[in-house]
Amino acid sequence: MTVWISGLSITLGVIAGFGVAVLRNANIPIVTQILTLYISVIRATPMITLVLFLFVMTPYLQVEIDRWIIAVAAMTINTTAFNAEIWRSALVTFSVEQIEAAKAAGMTRAQMLRRIMLPQMGITSLPGLVNEMTLLVKSSPAIAMVGIADLTRATNRITAITYKPLPPILAAAVLYLLIIGTMVWLQRKADKYAQRLAM
Amino acid sequence: MKLYDWLTVWLNIDRVMLGFGVTILFFSVATVTAFTGGCVFVYLMDGKQNILKRSLRSALDVLRTLPFLIVLYLLYYGLPQIGIRMTSWTAGMIALSVYHASYYAEILRGARVALPQGQMESAKAHGFTPFQMYYRILLPQMVLRSGPLFGNLLVGCLKDTAFLSIITIYELTAAANALQAVYFIPMPAFIIVIFLYWIISLILERLLRLMGRYSKHRGLSYE
Repeated sequence: MTVWISGLSITLGVIAGFGVAVLRNANIPIVTQILTLYISVIRATPMITLVLFLFVMTPYLQVEIDRWIIAVAAMTINTTAFNAEIWRSALVTFSVEQIEAAKAAGMTRAQMLRRIMLPQMGITSLPGLVNEMTLLVKSSPAIAMVGIADLTRATNRITAITYKPLPPILAAAVLYLLIIGTMVWLQRKADKYAQRLAM
Repeated sequence: MKLYDWLTVWLNIDRVMLGFGVTILFFSVATVTAFTGGCVFVYLMDGKQNILKRSLRSALDVLRTLPFLIVLYLLYYGLPQIGIRMTSWTAGMIALSVYHASYYAEILRGARVALPQGQMESAKAHGFTPFQMYYRILLPQMVLRSGPLFGNLLVGCLKDTAFLSIITIYELTAAANALQAVYFIPMPAFIIVIFLYWIISLILERLLRLMGRYSKHRGLSYE
């Protein structure tokens, strides 16, 4: 469950983060300010607070949404803000010469973004993105608060049956260790890969 | 969202402020102890590598890969099974301090590796003991050089205090949740709380910028 939900929000977050970064950089009045505020506020908000907020807001607004969707939405909102910053730093430091060359070659903005900038930015921001993914997995226990059976919640249930809290907690710790250990290992690979292709 | 709801929050502002105070208390105490702990860990890991130093390092590595909540559970729910019982406050404080100490240790260790070897040799030639050398020469440089990295860590620590609400500590998030449970006013309660978190992190950002300026002034870091 932990892997599934985290994976889904990571995918959504990376894509949405890119969108937010491009929009923020496009200098559209009001939109840019709103996005800046969004990034600033969400980066300071703890995951639990966000999850609880969304969870108690839905009955208040008289809409019924599955708690799964709430969990994924909260995690996506959170990770999008961080990813947007990572993408934006890649966007800002992108070489002006290449942009000018692309324009001179008669590319449209969308073409330039897709063919020239995206592949290079993907490589330079890969280490940062993977880092953010590990942080997201680490804050994912927050969704157990709204009753989703993630790894942490499963621990609680086993404890409630056996009255022996130590073994399930240690087992969960080992599983988290495996998940995040794998991601750190991938990050090291990504780092090396990025360095080799660095321009 | 009605004006009346906001009024309810205003009438109960003392409860929000109580939670705010608890959050600030945990955050500041944990930051101080975690920072000190991180410095101590790096000092212990300094010098020639042996089994003890290596195992300390791997223990810190393991700690860093765990989610904070798991560490908290281990201390508060896990340890009573082997006879160690703590109040939620003690468990929360210890978990927050030790967990973040491992992050501080990692950042400082990175800065330690980057320091030139010649400094240590000349300090030794001047007759500094290892502790004096570490305390007076290496540590100030390590701390001032890793300023921007501390920023992320401080905000991370602030966000981790929200997990304390799970082990029944009445901090800011718990306050918001309690308030909305009594009066059914989720929107204003949570907006105020998120706003407070935001203010703290803005202040932290400002403080770190000051520190960065100071370290540039002392010639320890560059643009």
